[in-house]
Amino acid sequence: MIALLKRDLALALRAGGGFGLGLAFFLIVVVLVPFGVGPEADILSRIAPGILWVGALLAALLSLDRIFALDFEDGSLALLATSPLPLEAAGMVKAAAHWITTGLPLTLAAPLFGFLLHMQSTAYPYLLISLLIGTPALSMIGTFGAALTVGLRRGGLLLSLLVLPLYVPTLLFGAEAVRRGAAGLDATSALVLQAGITAGCFAILPFATAAVLRINLR
Amino acid sequence: MSWTRPVLPWSFALAGAFLVTGLVWGFFFTPDDFRQGSTVKIIYLHVPSALMAINAWIMMLVASLVWVVRRHHVSALAARAAAPVGVVMTLIALFTGGIWGQPMWGTYWAWDPRLTSFLILFLFYLGYIALWEAIEDSDTAADLTAVLCIVGSIFAILSRYAVHFWNQGLHQGSSLSLDAEQNVADVFYYPLLVCIAGFILLFIALVLMRTRTEIRARRIKALQARGRHA
Repeated sequence: MIALLKRDLALALRAGGGFGLGLAFFLIVVVLVPFGVGPEADILSRIAPGILWVGALLAALLSLDRIFALDFEDGSLALLATSPLPLEAAGMVKAAAHWITTGLPLTLAAPLFGFLLHMQSTAYPYLLISLLIGTPALSMIGTFGAALTVGLRRGGLLLSLLVLPLYVPTLLFGAEAVRRGAAGLDATSALVLQAGITAGCFAILPFATAAVLRINLR
Repeated sequence: MSWTRPVLPWSFALAGAFLVTGLVWGFFFTPDDFRQGSTVKIIYLHVPSALMAINAWIMMLVASLVWVVRRHHVSALAARAAAPVGVVMTLIALFTGGIWGQPMWGTYWAWDPRLTSFLILFLFYLGYIALWEAIEDSDTAADLTAVLCIVGSIFAILSRYAVHFWNQGLHQGSSLSLDAEQNVADVFYYPLLVCIAGFILLFIALVLMRTRTEIRARRIKALQARGRHA
């Protein structure tokens, strides 16, 4: 498992833009929003939690189709399926690698971007925590979506159509937690529910991912 | 195929009879609501279509489970056949809701939990249909969409409760529940029940017809493949 994780991380890094691309996309989203809604600080600080969460979600979406596509083409996915490592575990490792290359950098960079959007200072801890517990769910759901569309030649657009509705609960609780934090309210319940969603995703989706991969490899 | 041939015309005829009876009864022979006026009558389209939008998804879920467990081909085709009908029901519910909402709430659309859940349901339907269309091999498509339907159901339920957390709504509580003493006043309730029966029958008829079409398409494909090999 660790060897697979290392391999995936190395591949993501050496292919170029593993860390950078998602972050750059996130930054562009954050920069474009003030052009769209106007530069007034009070409007921006009101919508900052939502923008940051939607931006993180879209940035995570960007690199999903690469999770399995290359491995499927060069046959290493078939090799993985026949290896002693269960395919369920391989799916989880893939999700973990995706999280380390996109979710983690996004989480760490988000406070900086929150600063650009004049976010309320009370919201920062909630932003960090909610992204930290929410982005693994985004990676796991995305891995399932990527496994669904791996056999398709032009699966990219379909992948977003399939995955985005599944992102609704995570986004909702995450943005709600940050919004409550910004308003100075207690956001524990939102964070706990979000953690529940993430835990549920990791409990169910590795099996669904493995089942779907087996069908696609048939 | 054999038992559906005689059933199909009857289910269409019955659906038509129930719908005409229910709608005519509802539109012309029930009093106006004392607060909502005649706008209340859109309930005869809104409630049954919303009900069928959800039930179509449940039927797809059951059919998908049957396909995964028993690998009965007709169940996969029935799930595929039900999806577009479900989409149309969802759209009817959303549009009639908007038309009803404008005079009552002063807005066609609000980010109310129920309305939002329906919009999300619509997106789930779109993804499901798109996946069916995208995959060429029919067995693979059936398998993948079945898994998507099962996982999607879990997330659809999660989203439904999540949006309640996010926003309190304008929409009233359930109009129909089994454990309430009286759901809607009787004058409105009976024609509503007739309309619901009509929508259910219409759904059955449409799904039967579409499934028959799918089976025929599958047979033609098999015959063509055999012709090429011969």
